[in-house]
Amino acid sequence: MRPFKYSTINDIKSATNRLATNDNARYLAGGTNILDLMKEDVERPDELVDISRLKLAAVQPITTGANKGGISIGALGKNTETANHPLIRQAYPLLSQAILAGASAQIRNMATNGGNLNQRTRCPYFYEVSMPCNKREPGSGCGALKGINRMHAIFGWSEKCVAVHPSDMCIALVALDAIVNVQGPNGQQRSIPFEDYHRLPGDNPEKDNTLNPGELITSIHIPRNNFADRSYYLKVRDRASYAFALVSVGAALEMNGSNILTARIALGGVAHKPWRAKEAENFLAGKPATVENFRRAAEMEMKNAMTLEHNDFKVELGTRAIVRALSQAMKGGKHEELPA
Amino acid sequence: MQENLENDSLSNDEKQLLDELLSESNDEIAGYGAQRRLFLKQMSAAGAAILFTQLIGPQELFANPVYEPLISDLPASSMENSVRVGFKVNGASRSLNVDSRMTLLDTLRERLELTGTKKGCDHGQCGACTVIVDGKRVLSCLTLAASCESKTVTTIEGLAKDGKLHPMQAAFVKHDGFQCGFCTPGQICSAVALMGEAAAGEISYVTADVRKKSTSLKLSDEEIRERMSGNLCRCGAYPNIVAAIREVHTGKNTAIAWQFAADDNEKARSTGA
Ligand SMILES: Cc1cc2nc3c(=O)[nH]c(=O)nc-3n(C[C@H](O)[C@H](O)[C@H](O)COP(=O)(O)OP(=O)(O)OC[C@H]3O[C@@H](n4cnc5c(N)ncnc54)[C@H](O)[C@@H]3O)c2cc1C
Ligand code: SF4
Ligand code: FES
Ligand code: FES
Repeated sequence: MRPFKYSTINDIKSATNRLATNDNARYLAGGTNILDLMKEDVERPDELVDISRLKLAAVQPITTGANKGGISIGALGKNTETANHPLIRQAYPLLSQAILAGASAQIRNMATNGGNLNQRTRCPYFYEVSMPCNKREPGSGCGALKGINRMHAIFGWSEKCVAVHPSDMCIALVALDAIVNVQGPNGQQRSIPFEDYHRLPGDNPEKDNTLNPGELITSIHIPRNNFADRSYYLKVRDRASYAFALVSVGAALEMNGSNILTARIALGGVAHKPWRAKEAENFLAGKPATVENFRRAAEMEMKNAMTLEHNDFKVELGTRAIVRALSQAMKGGKHEELPA
Repeated sequence: MQENLENDSLSNDEKQLLDELLSESNDEIAGYGAQRRLFLKQMSAAGAAILFTQLIGPQELFANPVYEPLISDLPASSMENSVRVGFKVNGASRSLNVDSRMTLLDTLRERLELTGTKKGCDHGQCGACTVIVDGKRVLSCLTLAASCESKTVTTIEGLAKDGKLHPMQAAFVKHDGFQCGFCTPGQICSAVALMGEAAAGEISYVTADVRKKSTSLKLSDEEIRERMSGNLCRCGAYPNIVAAIREVHTGKNTAIAWQFAADDNEKARSTGA
């Protein structure tokens, strides 16, 4: 690891100021991603600004404004605490399940909510500094495009980058139309709809998200919704636990009698950003909640996939995962052991 | 006192190091450091030359005569980005200068002589380095020592009390919850913390209904496996690890797997099968 200065700060303003005065400074929250990448020489900050003690950890109901009745999640809250918070478990169980599907107990005890949004891709070429990678080294080429790309994207990729965003938590957040609240170096605050927070690679895969330099995530808001009775997070991976998703699905349904009023479907492991399956959602609105309709919706979404040499299996896997997640959501979103 | 230390066998660098370590005015070495200085001085009265050869290898100096290993502090000037950090490890307050890059794992092992915590992957992927910080199990390989100011750390060395193994340690021994033993300190620290999480009603990905309120949870084997999935074991001692944890969790004495195996062999022999 390269030498760096370790700075502690006491408030948001000093944190954003540190980054405004030093382009090579980065925030340190739980450290589970940035320290790993620094050990690999992928991230090379010359200063880490430790924000972990900022008083931005609370989970609390939103009592004013447009999202009144929703919930606010502090950026520095730990993933474990967020998943276990009684209000989240009760009203946003999809978020609890998605967080708990990620990483391990130890890592979730360290990982923060803000850090989870900003974790970087797990593309092996990105991690291996001897390989070409446009995300790590703009202009060097994409090793995965014609390389081993089994874990890579089937939606929204460009010739410049075919990586996927690795987060589970973000799949639930995009499905629930969350909002990311950030504060910049001059104290200015912005609220970014979750769907616009992460980017598609386009010509600038080095940019994962739409955060401006020095901006700090302060909280994440989830508007109030009626999905708690029928939502489910399904994660399919190479081993039963402690592995990143091949495909994951965050599904949520609001019913109007036996017909679907609103469906939300988000996919993980398929794109450079948490992917909303809008075609499938639109198809399901107003239709009866039958497995047949779930399958048609899933197929409609997955037919748009653009597969790479090693990942065409994700199309059928994704289709089935959507059907299963929706079915499970209809049954009340309880976890069942998958048949062996 | 100083004259005692004017030993011809010391190089200038060594003299400087000794001076720094013994200096009264070095106030940044707070609390614990003062005790250590006193200790060093007492030792030096006993024989400066011996003291010094030992100082060069502080591990040796502190290994036997003193029960609690003393911190091998280094001067801030010896590091490019030194951070002064104080935290509690296994009940004892520690305060030392660390390079900003130093992980908690390396600090425990290389500076505090607590080598029970193991380095497996150094990248958060195996759990061998699991320790308990402020009551939560975390990975010491992805924790900067500098970020541990005022925290409380428990390692495998801190679990036994009054010469008695922690019940989880005893259960791992009883159930043969290991083969080579490399993952074991991490497994045990993880399992100890897991008991607290279950008692507090924390849920997991395989908890059937996350909306159901839970205070104290009874964990199935599936739950134990999911919650321990952050600790890999290359020897594949998993069934025995789960058995050990199940025993501590349920408080029920359970039979040992290898005894069944022995019984089966016995039966096979006696029936001639
Ligand atoms: C072995 C392993 C397995 C994993 N498996 C999974 C998995 O299955 N699913 C999953 O979703 N995740 C997984 N993770 C990733 C883990 O969830 C992330 O590393 C974690 O969420 C990052 O949070 P952190 O607080 O540790 O971030 P840090 O490492 O501290 O920071 C990450 C990045 O975010 C920036 N940052 C942090 N906080 C803020 C803020 N408030 N504002 C602006 N920028 C900020 C930092 O500067 C840095 O660039 C795994 C990690 C490991 C090591
Ligand atoms: S897919 Fe993206 S991250 Fe992976 S090698 Fe290509 S440019 Fe780099
Ligand atoms: S050494 Fe820390 S997880 Fe492997
Ligand atoms: S006992 Fe050898 S790795 Fe677990």
